[in-house]
Amino acid sequence: MIMRALLSGDAYAKWFVGILLATAVLVPALSLLTPPTSPFHIPASTLSLYGKYLCYALLALSLDLVWGYCGILSLGHGAFFALGGYAMGMYLMRQIGTRGVYAHPVLPDFMVFLNWSELPWFWYGFDRAWFAFLMVLLVPGVLAFVFGWFAFRSRVTGVYLSIITQAMTYALMLAFFRNEMGFGGNNGLTDFKDILGFPVQAEGTRAALFSASALALLLGFLVAKGIVASRLGKVLVSIRDAESRTRFLGYRVENYKTFVFTVSAVMAGVAGALYVPQVGIINPSEFAPANSIEVVIWTAVGGRGTLVGAAVGAVLVNYAKTIFTTGTLAPYWLFVLGGLFIFVTIFLPRGIVGTLQDFFARRRAVSNAAVQANGPVPQPAE
Amino acid sequence: MALVVMVLALTSIRGTNIAYADEGDLETALRLLATKNFNDTITAIDHIVSSGAPHAIEIIDALGDRRLFVSETDKSILYRDVAGTFRDARTSEVVANPPAELAAIRINNRVRSAVAAARGALSLFDLDSQRRSEAARAVFAARDPALLSAVESALEREKEPDVAEILKLARAAIIVAKSDAPDNERIEAIEILRAYRGRDALAILGSLPSDTSEPIRHAAAAALSSIENRLALWRALENTWYGVSLGSVLLLAAIGLAITFGVMGVINMAHGEMVMLGAYTTYVVQEIIRTSAPGLFDYSLAFAIPLAFLVAGSVGIGIERGVIRLLYGRPLETLLATWGISLILQQAVRTIFGPTNREVGTPSFMTGTFQVGELAITWNRLYIVVFATIIFICLLLLLRFTTFGLQIRAVTQNRRMAGSMGIPTNQIDALTFGLGSGVAGLAGVALSQIDNVSPNLGQSYIIDSFLVVVFGGVGNLWGTLVGALSLGVANKFLEPYAGAVLGKILLLVLIILFIQKRPRGLFALKGRAVEA
Repeated sequence: MIMRALLSGDAYAKWFVGILLATAVLVPALSLLTPPTSPFHIPASTLSLYGKYLCYALLALSLDLVWGYCGILSLGHGAFFALGGYAMGMYLMRQIGTRGVYAHPVLPDFMVFLNWSELPWFWYGFDRAWFAFLMVLLVPGVLAFVFGWFAFRSRVTGVYLSIITQAMTYALMLAFFRNEMGFGGNNGLTDFKDILGFPVQAEGTRAALFSASALALLLGFLVAKGIVASRLGKVLVSIRDAESRTRFLGYRVENYKTFVFTVSAVMAGVAGALYVPQVGIINPSEFAPANSIEVVIWTAVGGRGTLVGAAVGAVLVNYAKTIFTTGTLAPYWLFVLGGLFIFVTIFLPRGIVGTLQDFFARRRAVSNAAVQANGPVPQPAE
Repeated sequence: MALVVMVLALTSIRGTNIAYADEGDLETALRLLATKNFNDTITAIDHIVSSGAPHAIEIIDALGDRRLFVSETDKSILYRDVAGTFRDARTSEVVANPPAELAAIRINNRVRSAVAAARGALSLFDLDSQRRSEAARAVFAARDPALLSAVESALEREKEPDVAEILKLARAAIIVAKSDAPDNERIEAIEILRAYRGRDALAILGSLPSDTSEPIRHAAAAALSSIENRLALWRALENTWYGVSLGSVLLLAAIGLAITFGVMGVINMAHGEMVMLGAYTTYVVQEIIRTSAPGLFDYSLAFAIPLAFLVAGSVGIGIERGVIRLLYGRPLETLLATWGISLILQQAVRTIFGPTNREVGTPSFMTGTFQVGELAITWNRLYIVVFATIIFICLLLLLRFTTFGLQIRAVTQNRRMAGSMGIPTNQIDALTFGLGSGVAGLAGVALSQIDNVSPNLGQSYIIDSFLVVVFGGVGNLWGTLVGALSLGVANKFLEPYAGAVLGKILLLVLIILFIQKRPRGLFALKGRAVEA
C-alpha cells in the first residue's frame, strides 16, 4: 500500500495519520451521538472551532511544503487560502437563492443592493457544486502557476520573492475591497444557508465539515509527504540548500519551484474552501499581509521542514490565540505572538517537532554508536 | 446652489439701464408693488434696480425680508429699516406716524429669486470693493446678456483695477455669447478670455450660440485649444507635484530601509514601527511644550527632529544587538523576527498611548497654501519635500565623505573583504541599523504633519517602502531616490484614470512584472558579492 511506503521509517508521520483518522471519526461521533449532558459531548461551536484549526493546519502544511523543503518564503499564501475561500463562498452565495433579504432568485443580496441588474460573467457556473469545487483548485493553482512561472524563471529569490508575494496579496486585498469587483467589497460573502443541500448551521453538517477538514489535511499531508519523499523532493531540498549548485548540476530549478508552488497553492485553496462554511464568512481581510505572515509563524513554531510540525504549530498557535483573545488577556496577545516570532527564530529554529526529532535522532545515534563503535555514525535526517 | 439660483434669477431682469437714474422707474415700481400681485412685484424689482435710487438696495432687502409694506389707506409703500423705524419707500425719509393699516408685501420663491438677482446687480455699484468684485464674479459666472449695460456702466465708474479686470472679463463673457454683437467686438472679447486662460473660460468659449459666424468660431476654437493646452500642462504639473510630494514621503520612509538592506541584506519589517516611534516622539514633544511652554510651539519640530532620530535610532541599535545579530546569515528568519518586533512595538504603543489617533499640531509657518499659477501648494507638503531633500543630501554626503560612510560602502560591497581590511563589521552593522532606524524616526516627524498618528501608522507605509527598495535596488541611494519618485509620480498619474485603489493595484502589478525583468532592482549591485 502506498501509504505504508510513504510512512515507513517516520514514526511522527504514522502517529499523525493515526491521530487524524481517529479525529475525523471520533470527534464528530462524540458531537452527534452523545447527549449534551454527557461529559464527552462536544458542542457544535467547538466543532467548528476545531475544524477551523484543521483548515489552518492544512494552510500551514502547504506553506511548509514550499518554505521548509524548497526555501521559498511565501508571504502571500493567505491569498491562495482566501481565493479558495471566495470560490467556496460564491458557491454558497448562489445556494441562498430566494432566501436572501431581497429574495432575488439569481443575484446575491449585495448585488441587488448595488443596483446590479445581472450576474457578472465570473459568477456563472458557481451555482453548481462541481464547478465551484473545481474553481477552488483551479483559481489558486493558476494564479500560483502564473506568478511562479514569471518569478522563478527570472530568478527572483530570497527576500525579494517574499516581498513580491506580499505585494501580490496586498494588491488582491485592495482589489477585493472594491465594490466594483463583484465580490461583496468590504463585507465579503456571508449569510450562507446550504452546502450541497444541507443547512450549514446544522450539527450534522458541521460534523461532516469537520471530518472533511481532517481528511483534507490527511490527504494534503500524504501528497506533501509523497512529494518530499520522492526524488523530486530531494531536488527540492537541494534547491533550498544550494540553488546555484543544483542549477549547475543540470536541474531546471524554475520548473521544480513552479511545480511545488502550484501544488502548495492548491492545498491552501482547499483549506480556504473548507474554512469558509465553518466560520460562515469570507471577506477581503483574509488577504491582509499580516495573516500570511502569521501562517509562517505557525509553521516555524511547529517545525519548518517537518510537515507534521506545520500542522501541530498551526493548531497550537491558534489554540493559544483563541485562549488569549477571548479573555482579559486580549491586549497581550500581540506581545505573545511577537515574542513567539522572535523566540522561535532565535532559540528554536527547528521548531517543536524538529527539535524533538533532533533530540531522539541524536540519542539513537549515540546508542547506535555504542553498539557498533567502529561503524559509520548515521547522519540525522534533515 | 446659490449660484444656480442667481443665474436663473438674473435672467428676470430684462433690458434695464442702470446708468441713468430715472425717478419714473421708482414711481412705476411703487405703483406695481401696491397691486400685491407676484408678477407685478417681480416687474417692480426690475424697475427699482434700474431706478438707480440710492436706497434701492434697502427697498430690495426689505422686500426680501418681508419688511416692505403697503398702506391700505393711500396705497403708499413703506419699509421698516434694520433699526426698526418706518421709512417712506419713495424718499427714504422717516415716517413718524406710520399708518395703522399696513400689509406686508407677500413673496414667493420667484420673487425671492428676483430679489437675490437684484441684490447681485445692485452690488456692482456697492461702496465696498470686495462686494463689487464678488458681484462681478457672479455676473462672469452667469454671463446674462441682460446685465451687459449694467456691467458696462459699472465698468465706467470702477476705480479699482482688480475689480475692473473682473468686470472686463464679465463683459467679454457676455459679448462672446451675444449673437447680435459686432464680430470685431466678439473677437476682441475672445482675446480677453484667452488672455485670462482660466478654467471657467473653457465653458464660455465651448458653448457659443449656434448662429455664430465662422471667423468667430475659428477664433474661439483657437482660444479654446490654447487654454486647454495650458490647463493640461498645469494638470501635468499638479500631478507631478503631488507625485513628488508622495515620492518624498516614500523616500523618507524607504531610505533607512535601503541602507540597512544594502549593508546587512536583511529586510527590517519593524522599520514602519520606527517611523511610528518618530511620529509619537513628535506627539510627546508637543504635549510637553503645550503644557509647559506654549510659546515655543512653533519650534516643537526643531526639538522633535533630533529626539525622534535618537529615540528611533537607539531602539534600532537595541534591535540589532538583541535580535538581528543572533540571526546573522539567515535573512528570512530575520524578516520573521523583526516582524515579531513590529507586533510588539505596535502593541506597546497601543497600550501606552491608546489605539486612537493622536493629535499632532502643525506649526503656524507650515499651515496654509500658496498659489503658483493654477497650482495650490500646501506649505507642509513643500516643507516635507525640502526636508526629504536635505536628509537625502546629508546621507549622500555621509556615505561619500566620512569614514563611517566609507566603511558602510565597503561592507555593502563585500563583507568578508571589508572585515579582512580591519573594518569592525559588527559595529558597522549596529551603527548602520541605528542610522537607518533614526532616519525612519525623522520620516515619522514628517509624516506626523500629514497623516494620522496611530499605532498603525508604520504599517500603512511599510509595503510601499519595500517596493521602493525592491524597485530601486540596494546599495545605492540614487536607486532609492529614483524608485521613490517614480513610484510616487506613477501613482499620482494613474490615479485620475484608474482611481486611487485601482491605480495602486496597477502599480503593484507593474512592480511585480518589473521585478521579473530586473530581479535586483533598477540600480543593482554588480560583482561577485551579489550572489552571496
